[in-house]
Amino acid sequence: MPSHESAMTLEIRRRLLKSSGREYWRCLDELAQTPEFQKSLESEFPQGLLPPAHFQDGATRRHFLKIMAASFVFAGLSGCGAQSAKQIVPYRKQPEDVIPGKPLFYATAVTLNGVASGVLVESNMGRPTKVEGNPDHPSSLGATDAFSQAAILSLYDPQRAQTVLNQDRISTWSDFTAALAPVLSEQERKQGAGLRVLTGAVTSPAFASQMLALAKKFPKFKWCQFEPLGRENSRAGAALAFGEDVNCICDFTKADVVVSFDVDFLSGVGSVRYSRDFTQKRTVRTGTSQMNRLYVLESTPSLTGAAADHRLPASPNDIEMMVARLAVGAGIELYKKPEDSLSAAQEAWLRVLSEELNTHRGSSLILAGESQSPVVHAAVHALNAHFGNAGKTIRYTAPLEATVEGQMQSINELAYEMSSGQVEALIVIDANPAYSAFANLHFADAMEKVPFSARMGLYADETSARCHWHIPQTHEFEAWSDARGHDGSVTIMQPLIEPLYNGKSPHELLNWVERGELHGSYEILRGVWHDRFTGDFEKGWRRAVHDGVVADSALPEKKVVIAIKPLATRSVRSKPADYLVFKPDPTIWDGRFANNGWLQELPKPLTKLTWENAILISPALARKQGIVDGDIVGVQGNLRSWVEGVAMIAPGQEDNCIALTLGYGRSLPNCIADGLGSNAFVLRMGPPFEWYAPNVTVQKSGTHHPLATTQHHHSMEGRDPVRMGTLKDFIANPHFAADHADNESSMYPPHKYEGHAWGMTIDLNACTGCSACVLACQSENNIPIVGKDEILRGREMHWLRIDRYYKGALENPETVFEPLACVHCEQAPCEPVCPVGATTHSGEGLNQMVYNRCVGTRYCSNNCPYKVRRFNFFQYSDIETPALQLMHNPDVTVRDRGVMEKCTYCVQRINSAKIEAEKENRPVRDGEIRTACQSACPASAIVFGDINDPQSAAAQLRTQPHAFGLLSELGTRPRTTYLARLRNPHPELEQLDAKGAPA
Amino acid sequence: MERPSQRTAPDTPGSVADKISAIVLTGRTPWQWMAGFGIAFLLTMLLLASIAWLLVRGVGIWGINQPIGWGFAITNFVWWVGIGHAGTLISAVLLLLKQDWRTSINRFAEAMTLFAVACAGIFPLIHLGRPQYFYWLAPIPNTMGVWPQFRSPLMWDFFAVSTYATVSFMFWFIGLIPDMATLRDRARSRPAQILYGILSMGWRGSARHWKRYQTAYLLMAGLATPLVLSVHTIVSFDFTIAIVPGWHSTIFPPYFVAGAIFSGFAMVLTLSIPLRAVYGLQAYITDRHLENMAKIMLGTGLIVAYGYLMEGFMAWYGGNRYDQSIQITRMTGPYWPAYWALIFCNIVVPQILWTKKARTTTWILFVVSIVVNVGMWLERFIIVVTSLHRDFLPSSWGMYYPTFWDLATFFGTIGLFLTLFLLFIRVLPMISISEMSELVTEHSSEKPHAAPSEGTP
Repeated sequence: MPSHESAMTLEIRRRLLKSSGREYWRCLDELAQTPEFQKSLESEFPQGLLPPAHFQDGATRRHFLKIMAASFVFAGLSGCGAQSAKQIVPYRKQPEDVIPGKPLFYATAVTLNGVASGVLVESNMGRPTKVEGNPDHPSSLGATDAFSQAAILSLYDPQRAQTVLNQDRISTWSDFTAALAPVLSEQERKQGAGLRVLTGAVTSPAFASQMLALAKKFPKFKWCQFEPLGRENSRAGAALAFGEDVNCICDFTKADVVVSFDVDFLSGVGSVRYSRDFTQKRTVRTGTSQMNRLYVLESTPSLTGAAADHRLPASPNDIEMMVARLAVGAGIELYKKPEDSLSAAQEAWLRVLSEELNTHRGSSLILAGESQSPVVHAAVHALNAHFGNAGKTIRYTAPLEATVEGQMQSINELAYEMSSGQVEALIVIDANPAYSAFANLHFADAMEKVPFSARMGLYADETSARCHWHIPQTHEFEAWSDARGHDGSVTIMQPLIEPLYNGKSPHELLNWVERGELHGSYEILRGVWHDRFTGDFEKGWRRAVHDGVVADSALPEKKVVIAIKPLATRSVRSKPADYLVFKPDPTIWDGRFANNGWLQELPKPLTKLTWENAILISPALARKQGIVDGDIVGVQGNLRSWVEGVAMIAPGQEDNCIALTLGYGRSLPNCIADGLGSNAFVLRMGPPFEWYAPNVTVQKSGTHHPLATTQHHHSMEGRDPVRMGTLKDFIANPHFAADHADNESSMYPPHKYEGHAWGMTIDLNACTGCSACVLACQSENNIPIVGKDEILRGREMHWLRIDRYYKGALENPETVFEPLACVHCEQAPCEPVCPVGATTHSGEGLNQMVYNRCVGTRYCSNNCPYKVRRFNFFQYSDIETPALQLMHNPDVTVRDRGVMEKCTYCVQRINSAKIEAEKENRPVRDGEIRTACQSACPASAIVFGDINDPQSAAAQLRTQPHAFGLLSELGTRPRTTYLARLRNPHPELEQLDAKGAPA
Repeated sequence: MERPSQRTAPDTPGSVADKISAIVLTGRTPWQWMAGFGIAFLLTMLLLASIAWLLVRGVGIWGINQPIGWGFAITNFVWWVGIGHAGTLISAVLLLLKQDWRTSINRFAEAMTLFAVACAGIFPLIHLGRPQYFYWLAPIPNTMGVWPQFRSPLMWDFFAVSTYATVSFMFWFIGLIPDMATLRDRARSRPAQILYGILSMGWRGSARHWKRYQTAYLLMAGLATPLVLSVHTIVSFDFTIAIVPGWHSTIFPPYFVAGAIFSGFAMVLTLSIPLRAVYGLQAYITDRHLENMAKIMLGTGLIVAYGYLMEGFMAWYGGNRYDQSIQITRMTGPYWPAYWALIFCNIVVPQILWTKKARTTTWILFVVSIVVNVGMWLERFIIVVTSLHRDFLPSSWGMYYPTFWDLATFFGTIGLFLTLFLLFIRVLPMISISEMSELVTEHSSEKPHAAPSEGTP
């Protein structure tokens, strides 16, 4: 920035001449306060983008001076506003369907690793405010995961990249295209030999056809799709088993026995649908005598492990051995020498597994996780075929990812070509390889050797810092696109709002690269889809956009034949000392959601940790090394790689493995994610695609760091907040979980609820702990985030929390989840103690909080036995950032400092349904009101309704024999009740568990 | 006027008036007063700064959280209200019981009550999330027909404490009127004469004045007596009405009242022992006074000990697992040092008062009184914080750590209390001149109930 600096020098010199030193500083200060300066600052730097770019050195003084340098220059330019004057006038013609105060819902999709999950986005007068699942979309069935819920916050995030940057300087799209044009014409001459496009996983048919067109223009260009949490191992495994890549679609509704070899199908890609299907087979009601049975072998506790009927902590090596032995039993030879001794527990497991799989031929399902080697994947494919599951509980289709024949290359090829100077122009779209590529590729350094590099992304991040250009990308709700769901169904994704921060969509960029002209994503999409509908295009297009899924677009089932190549030369990997296991982060995935405050503050389901990751170690290792929660430890990996992090003891962690989630340790200057947690990518080597760093050593550093967890006690302390039993218990005595002593005695006659009586039932047997409900609640009810410091002080604001308890031995405990929000006690302890009557009871049984009346004594919270009330100790709600104001749900009050708040049973939804019913002169229908948590829940664990109506689903569930009220012995008469959690253990393994034999 | 010298000769009404009024009107301010006032004033400034910062940032500057919604603020409130009990007890109850020895300590005990209640009153106000709306606790008729919640103990508390503050002030002020007249008549500077003149409300010392004065004083005593019991009973309702284990207990009202008297007398001792040494008032605040107060402390301390014992017993006998758990947590949980310090301060240490030697040795009494003050503060802390930190659901258990601002506010109120008290002994007669003179007259001449002299020089 030479011009800026000289301007600054001039300015300062001028002022220095005019005044003495002391006065000079005062001058600066005054200058910064003048309205002209503030105005110019505002117009030059839209909200949240104060610093022009980011600075590699991170020196704060320098950084400050740079910002000030630019700022002073603008002080002199107050006349030149960036915005054109536009007049705001009311609609002359009211747009169709837009009724102020009534939200509209638009079907679109949210992607994770390129795979779509259909959503309906609520739009209030043009402002998207809430994400709901799309019931018509096969990957959603009306539910969402936490990532989809949080997409709203990412959309408005004021820290997203907002301008084109050229080497950290603010630039424009036209400057960028002017620089790109000569590069492209040069490449055109060379047939694109030096042109590379790097993206994340892409399932978009439109993007694929654009790439195809690009390949015509640049026949020698190469396309690399890189996902740090991608499915390289399953791809290689499928190639090993079938000779080609396939996409597997599981049908849990047909599976009575599920065996998971370290696969967490209850979180991540496809998990929304799988959670629904899986828990459907675990629904227990009066008279039920069947449940599916889930066996999980895993090294690190996961949601799937928590849902398991039997869980065995096993190192990656053990798992491979078990699979090999199972395969040998089924007559599949994998290895030359699969022999290695197994422990007693493992032998027992092996016996039980082969017996179970044999007796459930065609109704069992064996799954291998991404972290398993291709051999394990191949073996599992063979096992599924052997036990007759292929085509029944598991179906195969062509892969979801779009590819262009002959143009694909891998990340290591790309890295090699870049460092050897073969790459002349690199375009990175969405992926962030400078941060997430394998450490041994030194990808970031290789990028420096590329003469022209451009990056399109939501944030100006690590990769942008290594590129010459950064182009702000549109959020998925800002541009047209399309993507495939887990079964291949295509969603045409429609935008909800004009790009907030001058973003361009990947389609637009690609279009420019191909044709040198700028078209909107709408024309591009329509162009691609023009001849893909049978019949009238306009009709088909409108139908597809409206429904959120293109009819019959699911990929057809593919017949595959097991053709395992001889593996006789392969041998089991030698038993290693210690592994570090890389795991996807439950809330920020591979780091792409790192700047999403909702996801950062969402307690990770198992550790309840927020705002950071921790090195998970087993209780035995902790004892051995004398490590306690919060100790800073260093982990030494291969090639002198080293990472430091906070240790956390994880019950159920395998003894020889430590685990660290990916996605933290980001360097995102001026963003909330900057510098949080430890970066596991620095230990990750590849290819082959490794999910483990072998032979790591752990060293205690002697320093300590408090862990920002939202739950500090993990045992039930001999109390029974979660009542649990086995299916056998239930069959023997369905009332096994009933309240011990329901305290119904009162001197007063019970209150009669005429009309509606709202109530909720949560099926603990269905809840997987995925936490989508927590974020749905946060989004619906304008719940603020409070930040790490406040979490450390114990002041999180989530109205709905998920309690997680452990039961049994620390080595391999049973893990249970219990979602808990205000239970709307009929005899609410909070109500009589409020001195101003700010919390009252409605005629329909809602425990209401009157924010306006609240003076903030916090007595109600003290007296709440469930501790579900939340207090605004500070002004937590951001009521100043304009972008975040747009995000708020207009039907819910934004709370100020000093008032108490809590779950309302989504009273705004109740009232809007009641008004609709009244308008149509009919009673409110059962199921018409869906609370935010209920509608998000992938497992349909939450049911809400009128318990005065004996036919309602909620009323029916309340009368289930295994229903219980939390702390109902206090006489609170909670309106939210629970269904007990049930396991379906195998008799033999149950005995083994009872003996407490650890693996 | 010559300064009354220290003498052993029997006092006359005139000499009493001379000596007491001289402290206010003519005496040189002792250096101890100056030093004490300097420290107290600085602490008061700290209080003001803490409150200002609190109003700017919100109650989040304290260590409170979920689940511990009340921390130092309510602890301090209950502690100060408790301290405020001794004044009324000494003035009203002992007056009605015709305990003459109360005369030399009642005035400053009453003043102490007022100042303690003033300190206490700050906390419920500033601990609110939105302190600007504190008046919503009062039943103010309004067009919206919104009333306070009459079922809430906080609401009762609001009335109890404000009534107590009002009655205590009236009682104290009525008692001051004849002395104001004395000061008015003895004051030599014009502003002082005017000020004391206004405050004496036209007192001329006529027989009719005396008759009405004594009737009013007795009536006020009658009014104030039930308050001694009611205030801390109602403060204890703040806890007992709740369902929180460790709060929900029927033993709280009597044991709070006993605890209040216990801590109140401890505070009177803490103040009177240095006071009589600095101002040479051993003739008025005698060793017998100290011994009597020590006896009351011992008695109420035993009641408090019984309270602790019963809490533990009832938790066991009641069979409620939450009550049992909280008792065990108090003793062995993260706050165990506070619990055992409380037992040491409130039960073990006061047992020394069984010996006459301890009761009559000033320094021992002083140390014991300080220890009891600390112990009683710890008791409030244990009740407020430990009960909340581990209640029903283990998932929401938490910890409370005071912040700098918690401590600053607490020590700030001690500063305010001392500032007010030091100002009081500097500008008002700390011992009732009229009652003292009456006592002296009765004892020396056995004359039937003569009005004390007005002590014109």
